[in-house]
Parts: sequence; C-alpha cells; structure tokens
Amino acid sequence: MMGVVAAAQGSRRNRLRYVMERRGFLATLLVSPAVLVIAALVGAPLVLAAYLSFTDAQAGSLTGRWVGLANFRHAVHDPIFRGALWHTFLFTVISQIVVIVCAGLLAHALVRKFRGRWICRFFILLPWAAPIALTAIGFLWFYDPQASIFNWFLIKLHLVDPQHLPNWLGTPKAAMSSIITVQAWRTIPFATVIFIAGISSIPEEVDDAAAMDGATGLRKFWFVSLPLQLPIALVAILFGIIFTATDMIVPFILTNGGPFNSTQVLTTYAFQTGINAGNIGEGAAIALFMLPVLAVVVIGMLVFARRAEVT
Amino acid sequence: MTSARRHKAVAYAVTIPFVIVLAFPFFWMAVTSFKPEAQVYDPTKVWSFHPTLANYGFLFHHTDYVRWLRNSSFVGLMVVLITLAVALPAGYALARLSGRVGRSMGVGIFLTYLVPPTLLFLPLSRVISQYFHLSDRLWSLIVVYPSFTIPFAIWLLMGFFKTIPQELEDAALIDGCSRLGALVRVVFPISIPGILTVVIFTFSLVVNEFVYAITFISSAENRTLTVGVPTDLIRGDLFNWPGIMAAILIPSIPLALVYNAFLNRFIAGFTGGAFR
Repeated sequence: MMGVVAAAQGSRRNRLRYVMERRGFLATLLVSPAVLVIAALVGAPLVLAAYLSFTDAQAGSLTGRWVGLANFRHAVHDPIFRGALWHTFLFTVISQIVVIVCAGLLAHALVRKFRGRWICRFFILLPWAAPIALTAIGFLWFYDPQASIFNWFLIKLHLVDPQHLPNWLGTPKAAMSSIITVQAWRTIPFATVIFIAGISSIPEEVDDAAAMDGATGLRKFWFVSLPLQLPIALVAILFGIIFTATDMIVPFILTNGGPFNSTQVLTTYAFQTGINAGNIGEGAAIALFMLPVLAVVVIGMLVFARRAEVT
Repeated sequence: MTSARRHKAVAYAVTIPFVIVLAFPFFWMAVTSFKPEAQVYDPTKVWSFHPTLANYGFLFHHTDYVRWLRNSSFVGLMVVLITLAVALPAGYALARLSGRVGRSMGVGIFLTYLVPPTLLFLPLSRVISQYFHLSDRLWSLIVVYPSFTIPFAIWLLMGFFKTIPQELEDAALIDGCSRLGALVRVVFPISIPGILTVVIFTFSLVVNEFVYAITFISSAENRTLTVGVPTDLIRGDLFNWPGIMAAILIPSIPLALVYNAFLNRFIAGFTGGAFR
C-alpha cells in the first residue's frame, strides 16, 4: 500500500513503472482477483451455511429466527438422519476400498508399454470422462426390473432363479449395493490416474538400487515399492473420500434415498429437507455434518504437502 | 527377453478384464441406442436386430436436447473465459513466488477446491434468487461455477508454470521486457499446451456439474445437459430408453477422446505441485 501512495505522488510514470517491477507488488496484484472470487463464492457461502444452520429459515428467505442448536438436536434424534450418516459411511468406505484395490492393480499394468495401450486407456477413462449424471441414468436402465442386463447375465450363469429376479433398486440391500457399485465404477479411473502419476514419479534408480541389493519379487514389492507408493495411495484415498462422501449425483439419480430411506445419504437428505421441503435451516444443519469429513481430508492433504516439501 | 514378455502378458491379463467391466455399460448403451422400440426389452438381441437411427432423430427433433447441448456449451465457454482471466495471472504469480508464502497459498487455494457444492448450494440458491435475481437463468450458473473451476485451474496452471525455466524470463527482462511484458510475450505462448489442458478440463467440469444446475434452474428450456436428460427425458410418461442412451453417448465419447489425448499433461499439471 505504501508503494501505491508513493507512486501517486512524484513523477508518476516512472514511479508506477518502478512499483510494477517489484515482485511482491506484482504478485499481490495478480493473485488478489482469485482470492477475492474464492472468498466471495466459497468463503461467504460457507459462513452463510453455518449461520443458516442456527436459524429456522424457510424457503424464500435468507434469514430466520435464531434457534441455537435446535436444528442439530432435531437431526440427531431423527432416525432418517442417523440412517443417512450410516449410509454415507458405508457408501464411502466400501466403494473406496474397492476403488483402491482395483486402481492399484490397474495402474501397475497400465504404466507398462504394450500394444493397444492407447485404446485400453480410452476405455478405462470413459467412466470418468462421461458426465456421471448421464451415465447414472444408463445404470437406471441396466437395473430396470423388467429388462436388467445384469439379471440376464445372472440367469445365463444360473445364479438367480428367473421366477425371482432381484429388483436392484427396489429392495433396500440390493439398492445400497447397486449405488456402491456405480460409485466405485465411476471413481476407479480417476484413482488409477493418480496412481499412474505417483508410480511414474518414482525414479528408476530406486529399481536399480533394489536390484543391486538383491531385492526381487515379493520382497522388493513389500520393502521398496509399497512404502514408496503409500503416499500416492493416501492421496487417491483422500480424493476418493471427499468426492464420494459429499457427492449426491449417484444416489440422487438412482434411488433418491429410497426405498424406505434405505439409501438416504447426507447429501440427498440435505437436498430433500432444504430444497424440496423448504427447511433451509435444517437442510444446512444436515449438510454441515459433512464438515468433519472435509476436515479430515484437508488435514491429510496438508500432511502430504508438508512431506512432499521436506523430501 | 522372456521376463519382458511375461511383463506384457501380466499387463494384458490385468488390463483386459478391467476394460471389459469399465466399458461394458457404454457398449450396452450403444447397442440399446440403435435398437428399434419393439426390441428394446429383449436383452438377447445383442447383434441380431435391425439397427435404426430413429432414436437419434427423435432426440434431435422432438426433445429440447439440442437446446441443452447449446446451454451447456454456452455456460462452459463463459466459465472457461472467466476462469482463465482470473487463474492465469494467479497461477503464474503463485508458481514464481518462491518460498513458503507462494507454496502455502497455492495449497490453500487448492483446498478450497475440495469444499463440495453440496455444502454450499443451500445458501447460494438463496443468494442467487434474492440478491442477484438470477434464478432460472443460465447466468446463475456462470456466476457460481468459477467457485470450483478457479481453484482447480490455478492448481493445474501452477504445476505447468513451474516447469518453465526462470532463465527464459530473465533473458526477456535483460532484453528490456517489463515483467508483465515477459509474462505475455514469453511465458504464455510456451504454456499454450498447458493452458489448453486447463480449458478442456474446466469445460468438462462445467458440463459435468449437477447439484447447482438442478437447484437453480427450473424451466425446461434453460436446463443444461446433465439436468435436462434426467428430468425431462426420464420423468416424461414415455420412457424412450434408446433415445436416452443416445443422449448419454453423444457428449461422453468426445469428452473421453480429449481426456485421453490430454491425460499426460493433466497428470503433469495436477501433480506438479505435489510429486516432483
């Protein structure tokens, strides 16, 4: 700020030029629009969401009576909300375990050079590149009670009785496994990409050194490759957690929380309460229960960033 | 040599099952999209049916599909422009600001990318309608989408700019360029591949977005692709499954092609700040 004042006085053009050439000033000038936009579009709504959760704001207004912790208390005693917490946990943990195992395997295969790698990569990236809101509708069709292609396979393999076909999205347990499957399917490619990035960042000298010390096969994997890939796996898991626990597209389109709230997750319940039922305050309180997840992921990322800085 | 061959065999053995599982839904969508209405509910007809383009014709002539495509492209384009205008200078400054300040600011901005829309859509829906008077307008999306595209783009651009050697700029400075001049004349031109990567992934983030679009937009003609297809093609009385499958495939295939083409650059930028 001193620089600006100084530039305004004195021989203007030269001073201004001088100030513009100073690194600190130029950097501030270049970064501040971004900081302002982020503060307005992420920071302010976040604060507003926290404020709303303490009020009884209804649809059509941004203010309400201050009700303290009533919304949170109400949520905690609400069986549907408790179910939603549990389903969010299941949805996230199970899908991400599947994703990490699959992506780890797949990435190790894909970093090798082989004929047809380009086309294989294209097919593997498809679930990530295609808009999930659209592909989820595709699954609505694959799970269709009358014409489910999955059921057709299962009948051919004699795994189900054609008289008692599973109704994938219509029965509670099957519905939960169905949405978990779709979520895992759409997250695998991105996790694979992160893994590939991590694997290719491990210098080749490590391999050579390991070979020199006589480490091969499983021993090499256990003592050399695995520890080096742990941070990468951690990053992939953190992304997976945040993009699954806080995402509502797959459950929203496939089941919208049903049947009988058996697939209700935090995000769909916040949407139903806040938008459909118009209880903005209560909806905001429900959505705020995602904050601990966000906090854990942020702390994890910071630890990772610190480690990358040190080494 | 035998070990190399074994490596390849293992690569195929792992990759091919995954390709089948991950791509099968798209194969089945494609098959369904060419089926005549009468054979849609018969899964046994995988190859032996009379392929028809009628479903694509229906989609283009009797639904709002083309309009949604146009809406999504318009919003995507505007958001890309806004994002570049804000993120290019910021990404450059953060990449060049050496030391702790630049790095922790970069990480801080990246972390805001992790704040999910599902946490912000309730307050934003009120702000959009009450203060901006933009409810049911495409501009509501153009205003809000930079909230996640800007942090994402800054992070990618930081990664790209770090790979450009400082000496190149110093040479321009010695030749009498101003810092801003060096930025515009030297740094931006050689970063074009990186910038293109940012354009593509920002555009696809916008096309993919669902939560804000379904909250802010209420009339059929203002919907974007991701909201129009599930609400207006599905909730209608007639379930035109082949048409819906076509509607899914049309944007998905080109997106996957550009993802594949730019994947290596995306990896370089995305991990540029983290893995070295």
